[in-house]
Amino acid sequence: MSRAVTATLRVNGEERTVAFPGHHTLLEVLREECALTGTKHGCELGECGACTVLVDGRPVLSCLTLACQHEGREIETVEGLADGNRLGPLQVAFADLGAAQCGYCTPGILMAAEAMLREQPRPSRERIAEQLSGNLCRCTGYLKIVEAVEWAAAVRRGEDAGPPPEILFGHPEPGRPGGDAPGRRPSETASSNT
Amino acid sequence: MNDENRSPADAAADAADTSPSSAGRYIGAPFRRVDGRAKVTGDTRFADDLVFPRMVFVKLVRSTVPHARVGAIDFSAAREVPGYLGHLVGDDLPIPFGILPVSQDEHALALDKVRFVGDPVAAVAATTEDAATEAALAVGVEYEQLATIASLEEALATPEPRIHELERSEGNVHKAVSYRFGDLEAGLAEADLFLDDLFYYEGNTHLAMEQHACVAVPEDDDRVTLYSSTQTPHYVHRALTRVLGLPASRIRVVATSNGGGFGGKSDPFSHEMVAAKMALVLGRPVKVVLTREEVFYCHRGRHPVLMSQRTGFTKDGRITAQHLKTVLDGGAYGSYGVASTYYTGALQTVTYKLPRYAFDGVRTFTNKPPCGPKRGHGTPQPRFAWEVQLDKAAHRLGIDPAELRLRNLEEPDAVTANYLQLGTIGLRRCIEAVVEGSGWRERYGKLPEGRGLGLACGSYLCGAGLPIYWNHMPHSGVQLQLDRSGGVAVFCGETEIGQGSDSVLAALVADVLGIELGDIRLCVADTDLTPVDLGSYSSRVTLMMGNAAIQAAERARELVAQAAGDALEVPVSRLVFADRRVFDAETPADGMTFQEAVILAEARFGTLGTTGSYTPSRNPARYRGSGVGSSPTYSYSAAVLEVEVDPLTGLYRPAHVWIAHDIGRSLNPVLVMGQVEGSVYMGLGEAMMEEQVFRRLPPSRSSALVHKMPSLLEYKSPTFHDMPPVTTYLIEDPDPAGPMGAKEVGQGPLLPIMPALSNAIFDAVGARVDQVPIHPHMVLKALSAKDRRYGPRAFPEVDFGPPLHVPTPAEGGDGRAIDDPRHRRTHGIRSADGTMTTREEALRAQHAAGLTTG
Ligand code: FES
Ligand code: FES
Repeated sequence: MSRAVTATLRVNGEERTVAFPGHHTLLEVLREECALTGTKHGCELGECGACTVLVDGRPVLSCLTLACQHEGREIETVEGLADGNRLGPLQVAFADLGAAQCGYCTPGILMAAEAMLREQPRPSRERIAEQLSGNLCRCTGYLKIVEAVEWAAAVRRGEDAGPPPEILFGHPEPGRPGGDAPGRRPSETASSNT
Repeated sequence: MNDENRSPADAAADAADTSPSSAGRYIGAPFRRVDGRAKVTGDTRFADDLVFPRMVFVKLVRSTVPHARVGAIDFSAAREVPGYLGHLVGDDLPIPFGILPVSQDEHALALDKVRFVGDPVAAVAATTEDAATEAALAVGVEYEQLATIASLEEALATPEPRIHELERSEGNVHKAVSYRFGDLEAGLAEADLFLDDLFYYEGNTHLAMEQHACVAVPEDDDRVTLYSSTQTPHYVHRALTRVLGLPASRIRVVATSNGGGFGGKSDPFSHEMVAAKMALVLGRPVKVVLTREEVFYCHRGRHPVLMSQRTGFTKDGRITAQHLKTVLDGGAYGSYGVASTYYTGALQTVTYKLPRYAFDGVRTFTNKPPCGPKRGHGTPQPRFAWEVQLDKAAHRLGIDPAELRLRNLEEPDAVTANYLQLGTIGLRRCIEAVVEGSGWRERYGKLPEGRGLGLACGSYLCGAGLPIYWNHMPHSGVQLQLDRSGGVAVFCGETEIGQGSDSVLAALVADVLGIELGDIRLCVADTDLTPVDLGSYSSRVTLMMGNAAIQAAERARELVAQAAGDALEVPVSRLVFADRRVFDAETPADGMTFQEAVILAEARFGTLGTTGSYTPSRNPARYRGSGVGSSPTYSYSAAVLEVEVDPLTGLYRPAHVWIAHDIGRSLNPVLVMGQVEGSVYMGLGEAMMEEQVFRRLPPSRSSALVHKMPSLLEYKSPTFHDMPPVTTYLIEDPDPAGPMGAKEVGQGPLLPIMPALSNAIFDAVGARVDQVPIHPHMVLKALSAKDRRYGPRAFPEVDFGPPLHVPTPAEGGDGRAIDDPRHRRTHGIRSADGTMTTREEALRAQHAAGLTTG
């Protein structure tokens, strides 16, 4: 067992001094010593992306990096994405489009997407897929995630048109003029309850 | 029961009705899921996020060999690890358990034998997770190795050593079943075309992103609470009761939000038993978190299945009969395997008219992690065989594959040859939607070489018709508590695994009472506090919990309406519940807030609470084993997949998927879309790459059978780059059995994907791959094979046992087997007091004989 070390970490803009075994990863220290359990783990071997956090603005797999190397760095986790009690655009989009189902992969994907949107306000689908290709999600089939990132990017650019109806309702049934499903209320879009 | 399953709109339309009506704002709208906010802020608490004062950690010591007698276990080095607190071995938890009453074949820790690499042998507790891991590694276990069984072929050919000493079967056969529904030979004699094909479907695993975890907390003298990432808290509760030997009332199981399940968290697991026991021994909270490698060992995933399917067709494409044989590789334990075996045959009859049907199935034991239920449970394998064979038949008969299916569509409300009572069938509209959407008529068979389209369909249960253990109680219960705050507390044992069941529950109650989601407080998946719901499996939750929730909410609405009606001097039938108000339909201004109405009702009736429950109605079958496959109704799906294939390398890429799903009614379309897209994704993973495979070490290293890839990196699953565009059609045709008309969506849309890919590859390059997953080298081999086919070439000799003969409804059958000796006996005693006793007996005997569902 390695000896305990002490470090002062700056997480989501707040400094705290924590003691932990020197071999512990940033993932472990964030979850255990900092009680920031929003960051998840799916492998602890760098294979799933669930543990992604931002270090100095760049996505990092927190399971592959030692906590003691992060003194003086700016660490950001999913707990820092909201502005007070107000959700950020990515969070709103993920919640409203069902881009988070079980939500286990979500913190890591939100952080990877956040890093991209800060640098690239208008990413292509390919760019989004590239950025997120290290993050596995077993629930969504990824499509809603890409759509949510696109929508959030539009909102950040100040051009919110709302998500296209086929994302919320499916495509109209071909060859059926009344293809509108019963219960469909286009006026009531997902964003009405943000 | 389901007798009050009317939507509020129906109720309002019925003038003679004395019930009040409702106008809700959620059902049918893409409202944000009730747990949506917590999932994007990191606030959702999964099992490993729970921390308790004085909490300690447990690690399991798992077998490093695939098949062995366990000798001495040495803890001397483990005891020296700083922080070591204690250990458990098999004798500390000697009572066996298992999800099915007929398969109580697991021990929390090995008693005498280990049966696969990863089988739990011992458990060590320590003050930190690091110390527990170190101590577990320091435990020495002596093994006396036994020969290993690697595959279903080996299991059939190797009666000794037996992996389990079962009385009801021989050698390494776990379960064999055989049925003849109708006169098969007569059916085949009518056929002009006769297809006889072999198919193989490799095993794969759920790979939920969350690793299983649990925390056990001792309370008082002899009580324990287990928080666990489980899909089935009620069944875990039952297993813990048995294994710990405590009264059920002293054990509380709380299912935490699951970070994905897909069937992989539906069994009671060793680590849950061990955590609870250790908590009681140490008097401290105990946490166990599995590593990803351990999750691969828990498995319970898709069974590898070898299939032989013979089907007859007339010249004009009518199906005359089918004989399906399946051999399952079950791995080392029973799990849901008896049910899985039945499921490989049960649902072949629900999509197309199949007048005569024979099914033989056998499940074998091998020295590998146990297989169990994965999304689609036992049905994707035969569905793959069916839909690929239909494609072959279409080509042989010169009939368009879509047209061939349309000609054979099963009728709504039909009773199938194996006595499944069907409900609404939206399959025609599903096929038409994907045919239209994909440009099938203009493009199928006409695309340039290397590009192709494939079509396939599927169907799935909306909840298993029978519970896992025999009982007459409801499958789902909901309890409401209304109070003067105007809020409503909703209690239900249902388990949120990401599918959105919490949101369905809250929205149904909110809409019946005309209030907002914010007014609803949920308490779910807690065996101390919530009425039983059997769990998140078999696509049962929306239908069963939904009907129970509507019943409870309508009863609450009735109470509130009586009080409000008297105060307003308006007959109850004229009252409307909407916008958090209760008002007169004729003069909407005359009314009061929902809260005011609840206060009046509380003053009049006392504390307000109602319940609702749901029990599926009986299915028409009476033969042994007929419980598997029955369901209140069935969902249907159709898909067209477009593929690009490079004939030089065999590499291929799905270019687009069109999928239509018969949802009955979308309670929340955006959640339904998510399930459809997630199913397409998971189906593509199975079709293209996912496989849980094993290899033997060389003889110099014991010839042991080891897991080839117990890691995320080695177990290939699709990434963002692999997902093609998907066009989704939600086909709505409300089903009377469903809550407000809804059917399932969590599993059905996966089923057409694998055969659609195989069929598309055939359209693209003219080669058949009768196997899943389809690797590029298989496409290449098929292209160079004489018969342009890749797939299994031989089917082993199997003794399926004597078949049960069940005349079909068309043959005048009554759902019983004619040669079941038990039925003859019950016929003998059946007289004046009649059929109920006989039925009860038959069903009880049926249960005892191993009838189970999953
Ligand atoms: S936990 Fe870090 S990549 Fe999986
Ligand atoms: S939402 Fe469940 S893994 Fe992504």
